[in-house]
Amino acid sequence: MSAYQGDFLKEVEARVEEGEWVKMCMQCGVCAGSCPFGPHWEHSPQKIFMMIRAGKREEVLTSDAMWMCTSCYNCVVRCPRKLPITQIMHGLATYAHRLGLAPKMQPTRRFSVTFWSNLTRTGRVNELKLVLQVYFRNGFAAGLKEFWNMRRVGLRLLAAKRMNPFELVFPHRCKDAKGIQRMLAKACEIENRKRGFSQ
Amino acid sequence: MKTAAYLCGGCGIAEQLDTARLAAIAEREGKVDLVREHPFLCSAEGVQAIREGIDKDGATHVMLAACSRRAKTEAFYFPDVAVARANLREGVVWIQEKGEAAQEMADDYVRMACAELKRMQVPKAGPDTGKSKRVLVVGGGISGLTAALEAAEAGYEALIVEKEAALGGWAARLHRRIPERAPFKDPAETGVPALVDAVTRNSRIKLQLGTTVAQTAGAPGRFRVTLSNGRTEEVGAIVQASGFSLYDAARLAEFSYGKSPDIVDQAGLEALAKKSIPIRRPSDNKEVKQVVFVQCAGQRDDSGKHLPYCSGHCCATSMKQAMYFKDANPAVDTVVIYTDLRVPGNGEDFYRSAQAKGVTFTKGKVSAVEADGAVKFRDLILDEDTQIKADLVVLATGQVPNSGVNIDNPDEPDANGAKPISILNLEYRQGSDLPRLAHGFSDSHFICFPYETRRTGIYTAGPVRRPMDIAQAVEDATGAALKAIQATENAALGRAAHPRSGDLSFPLVRLDGCTQCKRCTVECPFGAIDEDEKRYPVFNESRCRRCSTCMGACPVRVISFENYSVDSVGAQIKAVGIPDETEEKPRILILACENDAYPALDMAGLQRVKYSAAVRVIPVRCLGSVNQVWVTDALNAGYDGIMLLGCKHGDDYQCHFVRGSALAAERMSKIDDTLKQLALENERVITCEAAITDIARLPRLIDEYAQTIERIGLSPLKGFA
Ligand code: SF4
Ligand code: SF4
Ligand code: SF4
Repeated sequence: MSAYQGDFLKEVEARVEEGEWVKMCMQCGVCAGSCPFGPHWEHSPQKIFMMIRAGKREEVLTSDAMWMCTSCYNCVVRCPRKLPITQIMHGLATYAHRLGLAPKMQPTRRFSVTFWSNLTRTGRVNELKLVLQVYFRNGFAAGLKEFWNMRRVGLRLLAAKRMNPFELVFPHRCKDAKGIQRMLAKACEIENRKRGFSQ
Repeated sequence: MKTAAYLCGGCGIAEQLDTARLAAIAEREGKVDLVREHPFLCSAEGVQAIREGIDKDGATHVMLAACSRRAKTEAFYFPDVAVARANLREGVVWIQEKGEAAQEMADDYVRMACAELKRMQVPKAGPDTGKSKRVLVVGGGISGLTAALEAAEAGYEALIVEKEAALGGWAARLHRRIPERAPFKDPAETGVPALVDAVTRNSRIKLQLGTTVAQTAGAPGRFRVTLSNGRTEEVGAIVQASGFSLYDAARLAEFSYGKSPDIVDQAGLEALAKKSIPIRRPSDNKEVKQVVFVQCAGQRDDSGKHLPYCSGHCCATSMKQAMYFKDANPAVDTVVIYTDLRVPGNGEDFYRSAQAKGVTFTKGKVSAVEADGAVKFRDLILDEDTQIKADLVVLATGQVPNSGVNIDNPDEPDANGAKPISILNLEYRQGSDLPRLAHGFSDSHFICFPYETRRTGIYTAGPVRRPMDIAQAVEDATGAALKAIQATENAALGRAAHPRSGDLSFPLVRLDGCTQCKRCTVECPFGAIDEDEKRYPVFNESRCRRCSTCMGACPVRVISFENYSVDSVGAQIKAVGIPDETEEKPRILILACENDAYPALDMAGLQRVKYSAAVRVIPVRCLGSVNQVWVTDALNAGYDGIMLLGCKHGDDYQCHFVRGSALAAERMSKIDDTLKQLALENERVITCEAAITDIARLPRLIDEYAQTIERIGLSPLKGFA
């Protein structure tokens, strides 16, 4: 792939959600200036879009930028060209993840994966399990430490009946968990077909 | 001469001023034959009373002490008599509290108007009234064709002189043009064949192809134009639409133009598109797969080697040319490398369309183009040096105006290094072509009168005036054609063009007093004055704009106008009653440009902004018309300070007469010597730039100056006059 030849841009247009908008960016930098997280990540949306046009496939897909987006929609509201920037950022994140290029240890990516598997199992988010999975993501000792740090909050939640320890053993399910799973599988299938993924 | 004075009591004048005292001043000091007061002078009865004074009592000179001369001009329209006005409303009652200071101000304005009145005559219209209404259009490109057609459709004859053998100019060489109509998405037909056809078939338009202008003599209404083929034509006005030349890309050594046939300029790309779509590259006739456009090639350059300005059209032109490729084959890669995209008019829509079609825009600065098509640049967003390999490179070079000879430096080559060739070959004392503003573009009053050049009756249109695209050139040409028509009509009646539109006065010169110093011939901003064999000035009245800069320049004061002269202003200056030192009342003379400063003061009055009662304001046609003698006379008479209020000068001048305020500034820079001779402080005379919007600022400046005068004390020259 050679620089500025648009191959990667075409790939993004075909395979990334809202990717066909990338070419419409006029490089004004308003998004970069609007993003509350701007200084904390590798590339601003403006830069990401320019990198796509410049054909920097590897750099874009391994960037942590799109994982840091908090979906505040500041940029979308301000973009004079009306690009759905937030959606593109998430589209790029998904795409990088599916290709296995997303930074493995990136915290938001890991949280997203955990969240997704937690949710799709029963059709409901099991908050207790989710919290424990997140606490123990870096090993048992680290998990215990985090657990200890948060003990007061946990006890108060228990007292207020906002947290039920039995959820660990008998988790709530939605009425038709199987149905939900089938629905999600269908959606995945449609998306795979549309975006050209094998499975 | 029979004089009459009418004093108005309306608009608060009678409440605040002792009008009987004013009437007495007009009668006794002003020596006016007939003095009348009226409670409401601009009413039907008031106007009727004035009319009767003229018709029954035979008044030939009428003084109106009422509102500003800029107000009620319709009611007080008496073209058959000389009219002077004392500004008691905007000049006194609206800016002062009731009291003796205001009364003294009013007294003086009445004295001044009476003095001016007697030195005025009804202008009789210039003798120089050429009657030709024909419009000569120099140049047969889009601008010239449009100008000729617009003039013809308005009922005027036009003559197009074009140096090429065919009409159409640059536009005829385009494959398509930037769209001028919604939805502004695709390149459009140029429309040149239809325009050429309409011009050729129009019976009012005559053509001279393969011809240039060998000589232009005369003045509006009576230009005598000799063509290169020997013919002589009489025309009333001229539209110069001589267009532009492309900046020579070969001057950009780093871009390898000329080293490879696959590196072209925008005109070269148009030629390729005309030859075949899809576009094939010149070297091997293969279809182009990767094209790169280099914007601002040799433009917006700050190294001093190339064009410093932006040509305005080339961003949109590159978008259009990229579409030539994309529309034919979306798989072709088209990259536009720019530092800023500038798309005036509806270009933003066109830009979006180009993006939607897949043209890639890359913000970057190109450092080199290799002969093999490698374009090296710095990506300004990603902040890195990089390159693209292209099989065709297009350089967006700029427009160099075809403005002929730089009259201030006749041997100066143009931006392409070419020897200058005169376009109009004017038989004018000040040079063969139109004066320039900057970068070779002809001067035109950018802010207020864009088509006006500094040669009355000659208008520029299109890229010779400033860089532009077709849509702008068409608009330009239409405006210029209408101005040309207006010029012929004015010339036939001996009337001035803007900004003193309709003024029938013209410069009168007492040649027996002239010392042939040439100051007037050199300084006239409009080249109105030639020289005869004996080196006396020859005034071409219909070239004259009545700025009176010549009057201000003349050291022996032999130039005057029937309604404005060294004497008419000088008499006003002397009419003011200067209190002696013991009274401790300063007097400040303000000479205010009638185009900007004076209206701004009127508006300050309208808004009831108060300012110093020490000032006495005299409107002048232009600061350029201020003769040094007024300043010395005023100082000798015991004025404590003099303020000259004129327009901004310099490259972004606002002077209605272009050079007037600049010349005034130049002359006033030497006033210090005069002040030194009189043993006076430098602060006694100051010049301020003022715009018509300075409604709040001017009163402030005036008050500050009044404080300055208070600080330095009264003039020591009081009482010597
Ligand atoms: S939506 Fe995402 S990318 Fe946009 S401003 Fe918010 S955090 Fe930044
Ligand atoms: S605000 Fe929109 S147009 Fe501007 S740089 Fe960001 S995405 Fe591009
Ligand atoms: S200086 Fe002004 S008034 Fe005098 S001839 Fe020239 S244009 Fe006319």
